[in-house]
Amino acid sequence: MAQASGNKGGRQDRGFAVALAAPAVLIMALFGLFPLLYSIVVSFQRLTLTASDTGFAGLANYVRLFEDGRFGLALAHTFAIAAVALPLQLGLGMALALHFLEDRPLKRLFVALLIIPTVVSPMVAGSMWRLMFDDRFGPINQMIGWLAGERVSILWAIDPRFAYPAIIICDVWQWTPFMFLILLAALSNVDHEQQEAAALDGASKWQIFCFVTLPAIMPIVSIALLIRSLDLLRIFDIVWQLTRGGPGTSTETISIYAYVRGFQEFDTSFVGALVVVLVIALSALLMAALRRLEVAR
Amino acid sequence: MRLRASIGAAGWYAATLCITVVFLFPVYWMFAVSLKTPREIFRSPPAWYPATPQFGNFWVLFRDGDVWTIWNSFVIAGTSTVIAMALGTLCAYSLVRFETGGKNLALWILSQRLLPPIAVVFPIFLVYARIGLTDTYTGLILLYTAFALPYVIWMMRGYIQEIPIELEEAAFIDGASRWQVLWIVVIPLAGSGLFATAVFAFIFSWNEFLFALVLTRTQVLTYPVQVSQYFGAQSTFWAKISALSVLGTVPVFLAVACFQRFLVRGISLGAVKG
Repeated sequence: MAQASGNKGGRQDRGFAVALAAPAVLIMALFGLFPLLYSIVVSFQRLTLTASDTGFAGLANYVRLFEDGRFGLALAHTFAIAAVALPLQLGLGMALALHFLEDRPLKRLFVALLIIPTVVSPMVAGSMWRLMFDDRFGPINQMIGWLAGERVSILWAIDPRFAYPAIIICDVWQWTPFMFLILLAALSNVDHEQQEAAALDGASKWQIFCFVTLPAIMPIVSIALLIRSLDLLRIFDIVWQLTRGGPGTSTETISIYAYVRGFQEFDTSFVGALVVVLVIALSALLMAALRRLEVAR
Repeated sequence: MRLRASIGAAGWYAATLCITVVFLFPVYWMFAVSLKTPREIFRSPPAWYPATPQFGNFWVLFRDGDVWTIWNSFVIAGTSTVIAMALGTLCAYSLVRFETGGKNLALWILSQRLLPPIAVVFPIFLVYARIGLTDTYTGLILLYTAFALPYVIWMMRGYIQEIPIELEEAAFIDGASRWQVLWIVVIPLAGSGLFATAVFAFIFSWNEFLFALVLTRTQVLTYPVQVSQYFGAQSTFWAKISALSVLGTVPVFLAVACFQRFLVRGISLGAVKG
């Protein structure tokens, strides 16, 4: 973007530009950079609720972190949720988007209704599904009972076998509409002439979708996937509300584990190391996401 | 041919209706529970609709004072959104027109948006505890402002980029100062994008849970934290959970209904123009 007025004294403009940006950048640095620096510093110390040993501890906390079985499990839990929920959201979202590609009266109304889950607070979404999944007073077991022909009482949030399905159903319910909306916009913007040309050349509907439509929407699909995977890797609210990481620690995600270690056990240095590792690990994904978003505009 | 077309249409509407019912059922259930009597809520098998809808559960929220948490959410999300919009729009203008900080600053700002909140909340909690900012409006408003800023800047950057620079140049030639150009040309032209961004920034803060869970105790509880606290060990207050969730969700529905046109762009961080 060219300077608005190169002839109006560059130094004055410079000052004006910095003055405009400074307050916002300062606040973000205060709340974004400071915690990171703090985490790096304490991760090399031995701080807990009771001990305030600020001596250099070397990599002790990092060793503890990697030897800690619960951390490995929390990683595994988080990836397991993401690995199942993300493809489901993408697949269902794509199916919905293709369904809604047809122009019909009232289509806009239905789209507006379908968006609702995505804008609800994740905390409220978790609460809704707690009501739905309740073993005695919720409608889910009742409906399964109709299909099974007998009364069922699945303890959704309590039985280890059903805690994951419960979390994943809730997350898929909330974020499929997100995928759907983005994919619908992407599909609607695809150039029809190419599709028609392919059809004239005798390509089947499936071939057109795979070789013309899909490549055209790929950049947007990958952005949606990146946004969602970053969200899923920090998943907290839904799990907290449905299972609190339980039963035991069987649905403990990275965010929940860090919360427990930080706010219930006050293992400051350990959490510091965890945060540093987490941020470094996410940075690669983050960089990819940022580049894509930058390219997209 | 016409018959086939109308069968196709009927099939489409039938499928659409099924999909919509499946997705909206949990929302319906929350509303239904909030209108049931306590006896109906704890009926097994469950009552599919409230026999005589009543607002007693909402009245209880007012009587017990739980409804204050909605007010707290409103004050915190509202104030932080206003501050973030003011500072963020100026910053975005600076990034677009003067390329302040180049590409790296813009990308750093976006990275602030995508980092996990759990990475920042613990150090902030320790500092807040030391300087007495936990459980205060000021503390939460500051944090939520910082949390909203990257989103506001990133979105406003996109909207400002779309304003033709010629308009600003014309204003300069007419003798307008830098501030005047900003007020008379840029802000009005970014108008609808500005409002949409503010609405979505507000909703994100309104819905936020983790920061509020960590940094509030009793004085400034926001509604999501209050809802989570009803899930106690001994008794679970279904009536209060559903009623407070409804109160917290209705404003979001209204806001999104008004700004649906901007929603795709708002949730895709500007990647899809919609």
